[in-house]
Amino acid sequence: MNRVEIEEKVTNFLIEDLEIDEAKISADARLKEDLGIDSLDFVDIVVIVEKNFGFKIKPEEMAGVDTYSKFCDYIETKVK
Amino acid sequence: MGRVVITGMGIWSCLGTDLETVKESLYNGKSGVGLEEERLTYGYQSALTGIVEKPQLKGLIDRHLRRGMSEEAEYAFMASRQAFDMAGVSQEYLDQNECGCIFGNDSSAKPVIEASRIMDEKHDTELLGQSFIFQAMNSTVNMNISTIFHLKGVNFTVSAACASGSHSIGLAYMLIKQGLQDMVLCGGAQETNFYSMASFDALGAFSGRMDQPAKASRPFDRDRDGLVPSGGAAALVLEDYDHAVARGANIIAEVVGYGFSSNGTAVISQPSDEGCMRAMQRAMKDAGVKASDIDYINAHATSTRQGDMYEAIALDKLFHGEHALISSTKGMTGHECWMAGASEVVYSVLMMTGGFVAPNINLENRDEYSQPLNLAEKTIETNIDVVLSNSFGFGGTNSALVLKKFKNE
Repeated sequence: MNRVEIEEKVTNFLIEDLEIDEAKISADARLKEDLGIDSLDFVDIVVIVEKNFGFKIKPEEMAGVDTYSKFCDYIETKVK
Repeated sequence: MGRVVITGMGIWSCLGTDLETVKESLYNGKSGVGLEEERLTYGYQSALTGIVEKPQLKGLIDRHLRRGMSEEAEYAFMASRQAFDMAGVSQEYLDQNECGCIFGNDSSAKPVIEASRIMDEKHDTELLGQSFIFQAMNSTVNMNISTIFHLKGVNFTVSAACASGSHSIGLAYMLIKQGLQDMVLCGGAQETNFYSMASFDALGAFSGRMDQPAKASRPFDRDRDGLVPSGGAAALVLEDYDHAVARGANIIAEVVGYGFSSNGTAVISQPSDEGCMRAMQRAMKDAGVKASDIDYINAHATSTRQGDMYEAIALDKLFHGEHALISSTKGMTGHECWMAGASEVVYSVLMMTGGFVAPNINLENRDEYSQPLNLAEKTIETNIDVVLSNSFGFGGTNSALVLKKFKNE
């Protein structure tokens, strides 16, 4: 899965599953402050990522992952 | 002791999703029963069910609040919204004042089953997501409604089988009457998805008259073959009379009596005429009314042989020769289970304010026990001042409520 496909899938579930306004999504968008993703959303994101990318997020690996771009980076490292 | 009045009502049922439509359905004796074919594929004996419209909440409620809502909480939100609107209670009012919340609900099967399926497959709770816990608990309606409307008063759920909705109104009434709450949102809610009624279908208690859905639910009729499951939600704003007057609220009706009992018998699914009677007598005593004062009785009768029989015996013992008209609206709605005790209060108040008694539809040949009852076989236009509403449930729980037309005395 290449970077474009990863971003497409992430953008898609942010819009479809988390109902985030597409206009707010950008590379530098902060997950909590700009996209409004709260701690309970992260519980759902674990499930969504497992379904879409076939691996389970480990909370300890998410330290410092606070923007859309960093989140896609994290997924990219896991699916390579 | 204060007077307790109804200042708002809301309904989301197979008879309609607003009060006016439901009133017309009641007047016209219109059935809300249909078929859900996938029940048969799933393994049910009967595909009959009340057909309840699914609310569209996207755009009405933020996703952060919506994600924890079970199906019955969604129905309850729609009904509560109507009730608050009717009562003239805004979000600003709720933010600045104390309003309680007591709903009747006795299961939330769908999220429990769906979560179990994921656990069976994944064996990992981290793959369940966060919604199931808030959807799966019996208190799902209360926790969601209280959160969405920022309610600050009493907050708990009544689980009392098919009397849940009625007891919720009774308890709200008692709290207000004793001066502990000024305003309580109460009601009942019932999921209608095909997961929710499988274990009830297992008892063989459901009608199999699938070729005639509108004729399947036949309370007191000799040729009935079981009940039809149904659901949705009903909500009422109950309020202290002085409080309602002080804020200039429109008063719709008055709750004047609540009675309860337990059968005290040894069979979990068997009703009891004695138990029913004790609940009705206690409600009438609390209301200070006699049998001769009751103008209309909304019977619990679900269209099962045993249930109808015991209630008919109880009604005959208490109301033989009295003028009270009797009907079970379940001929139209099917059995709305946890919601029924609340929805039937809404239906009864609509009849009271509309000046009619809704018909006990599909009553073509009375069974031997209902012969002496003053049953309304057709719609009857008449003045109703005092209503008795009955609700009975598995495990011998009984509830009866007495309602009065509001008169500014």
